[in-house]
Amino acid sequence: MAEGTLPAEAAAPPRAQRRAGTSTFARVLRYTGLRALALFVTVVIGVYLTVLVANMGGAVDNIRRAQIREGVALYLSMDPEIRRLSQEERNELTAQFTAVMERRFGLDQPFVVRSFRFLQNALTLNLGRADNLTSDSGSRQVRDIILERLPPTLVLFATANLFLFFLSVSLALFLSRRYGSLLDRIIIALSPTSAAPAWYIGLFLILFFAAIWGVLPYGGMVSAPPPQDRIAYLLDLARHLILPVSAMVLSAVFSSTYAWRTFFLIYSSEDYVEMAKAKGLASRDIERAYILRPTLPTIITSFALMLISMWTGAIILETVFNWPGLGRLFYRAINIYDTPVIVGETVVYAYLLAITVFVLDFIYVLVDPRVKIGGGRETA
Amino acid sequence: MSRLQRALRQIARYPSAIGGLFVILVLIGIAAYAVITIPYREAVRLWRGGEEIWGEYPKNAHPIYTDWFTRDRLPRSIVVDSVSSSAATKTVHGDPDVGGRQVITYTFDYPYDGFPKELVIFMTARFPERRPHASILWITPDGREIRLGDMSVRAAETFRPGQDARLQRRLGGQTAEIGLFADPNAATPTPLKGTYRMVIDVDLFEPNSNMEAKLVVHGQVHGWAGTDHRRRDIGVALLWGAPVALAFGLLAAMGSTVTTMIIAAMGVWFGGWVDGIIQRVTEVNMILPFLPILIMVGTLYTRSIWVILSIVILLSIFGSAIKTYRAVFLQVKEAPYIEAARAYGAGNTRIIFRYMIPRIIPMLIPQLVVSIPTYVFLEASLALLGLGDPVLPTWGKLIDDARSNGALFQGYYYWMLEPFVMLMMTGLGFATLGFALDRIFNPRLRGL
Repeated sequence: MAEGTLPAEAAAPPRAQRRAGTSTFARVLRYTGLRALALFVTVVIGVYLTVLVANMGGAVDNIRRAQIREGVALYLSMDPEIRRLSQEERNELTAQFTAVMERRFGLDQPFVVRSFRFLQNALTLNLGRADNLTSDSGSRQVRDIILERLPPTLVLFATANLFLFFLSVSLALFLSRRYGSLLDRIIIALSPTSAAPAWYIGLFLILFFAAIWGVLPYGGMVSAPPPQDRIAYLLDLARHLILPVSAMVLSAVFSSTYAWRTFFLIYSSEDYVEMAKAKGLASRDIERAYILRPTLPTIITSFALMLISMWTGAIILETVFNWPGLGRLFYRAINIYDTPVIVGETVVYAYLLAITVFVLDFIYVLVDPRVKIGGGRETA
Repeated sequence: MSRLQRALRQIARYPSAIGGLFVILVLIGIAAYAVITIPYREAVRLWRGGEEIWGEYPKNAHPIYTDWFTRDRLPRSIVVDSVSSSAATKTVHGDPDVGGRQVITYTFDYPYDGFPKELVIFMTARFPERRPHASILWITPDGREIRLGDMSVRAAETFRPGQDARLQRRLGGQTAEIGLFADPNAATPTPLKGTYRMVIDVDLFEPNSNMEAKLVVHGQVHGWAGTDHRRRDIGVALLWGAPVALAFGLLAAMGSTVTTMIIAAMGVWFGGWVDGIIQRVTEVNMILPFLPILIMVGTLYTRSIWVILSIVILLSIFGSAIKTYRAVFLQVKEAPYIEAARAYGAGNTRIIFRYMIPRIIPMLIPQLVVSIPTYVFLEASLALLGLGDPVLPTWGKLIDDARSNGALFQGYYYWMLEPFVMLMMTGLGFATLGFALDRIFNPRLRGL
């Protein structure tokens, strides 16, 4: 088990683990399995709704029909035999070919039937071909285009959210110890600024650090041309990461610190904390084992919600910073009306959200003793 | 009534709440002013207008307050029209029955420390068949005479001396904007202050002919808000952004929070499968990517701000807030007064709307206020993605225009900062008020 990896885990009372015995693993597995199943059902429904939204306007169908008609016209115009026919005959032939092709792609079937095939394609990430966009490697497959853009997004996201989480938790713990101090009041006063999304703060940072002072790049992931040396490349990447990561952190850190600090304060006035203080335990131990431990599940839940809203917010952040990730791809797809890419990205986002929820659920299992010991009900 | 008074008195004790309230009132004032002075249709017409509306406005001119930060006096726009301005005089010579000659003299003062951005002469001529002929002369304060050009004038003619290559050669390689205004004795180009004159000598060849002309010297600063790349006055969008943002934010926040609360109350009250369905829908909705769906609607269906607004509400109804409300309602449901209400035979609707919901309104109001800026920023976010309302000027569209036209690269910081400040005011105003309300209505937090 990944016990040692979580800092809070280290201070967990060992008694509970021993009592749980061998069935702990099975329980965790069962719980995780059930959650995975539930999430999968949710994803299926979510993706189906997405497919419905994307099709209600008939946009996808119209695009498919147009593609077929264009393909048929092109095919027929290549054939010298057919070019010799009269206009009416040619039109009739085109209509016939188109009808055959539409039947082949199932466009003559009712929407309900097709929607399930769309669902299946979407779920298996069989996303079709893009209208205009191509991946950097030259592929027109939506899946290739999206997979190519996934790593940059993940790099940006993982960095920003790890920073955000550990910064907020440690800051909140620090402030709960000395609440009422100047720093505490400053954070409270700043917490309303979290109404601003990351892109807003990002543009501000660009204005100052790139436009006025010129110390950091306007955007992008690496300089052009990218450095050849591996270390130089990583340093360059880090330099480009500073502004977007700061934007994401700054847009959320104050309000989450404020909320969690309040939460810690409420918990630190519990009787058992007083008791621990009376016993003369070190304040560090008290914080870890008596305050952080019981609050961690709630904090993780609130972090999950924050993460979910940030995922989609990153579309604009990446656009603002020219970060070559999923968000920027989405923006380009919107601007040239590349529907397959838009639909495909929406599906991928649904998957990413589900994976986020699942991973957090898993961490939740690790930190919530109720699940591990098997007592209590399952938590949502 | 007394409860309201008490609440107001409590709000008065929080300086941040007063500040927030003040900002909100100012915004409402701006919104009202915008809607009254520039009606909806007018705003749309102005914002979609081209040269015919904004021709007299300079391109990318900084706002007038830029002057306060520099020692120099930056040039403002000067418009002298032969039809309406008294600074233009027109004398008619010769016989109007055969045509004759018109001399239009424009006189204007140029006391500024910078060169103008652009020089444009708009000419309109009326003639039965033969075009009038105009020759334009520029007279500097120190008495030099520079020939700007000769031309035969069509019904509507625009002459931009800055784009005339021959004129540029005559001016020793300088563009007209600099060459016509520069002090000839200075080593580096500095503008010569004083009274300039421009004389248009028009030959008319037919009876019933006439020519009018308008001289526009585009300045570097214009208006209280500056202008954008299409010469539009940014002030229009700044003003009209306020009602749009407030309406969008308020409607979305009200629509989603109130409905969410009602649904949560119903789920808790009826329990069983109703509650189950609500819970499952919430879980599915959490997986649905919010912004991508909005974007999809924007690209595939319509960009109307009101359609987007209703979808925003629809998607936020089953948001994470439903779980918070549910937890509270579960406690409320067990309260003895609900038991009492049931005992005297109150119906479901009555219990939900008269007994349960009023109980959590104190919790609702702060959340509602705090969530308003989220939606205001959402509107801006959509505009930034190019999915803003196609006709209305909004703050988000200003930021989008500024960003896509390289305002940051070219130093037009005002263009981006002005909508930024408006958004920040809205965000901070509602957020600070909401935070203060939260402390007032939820006394448990007050000590913290």
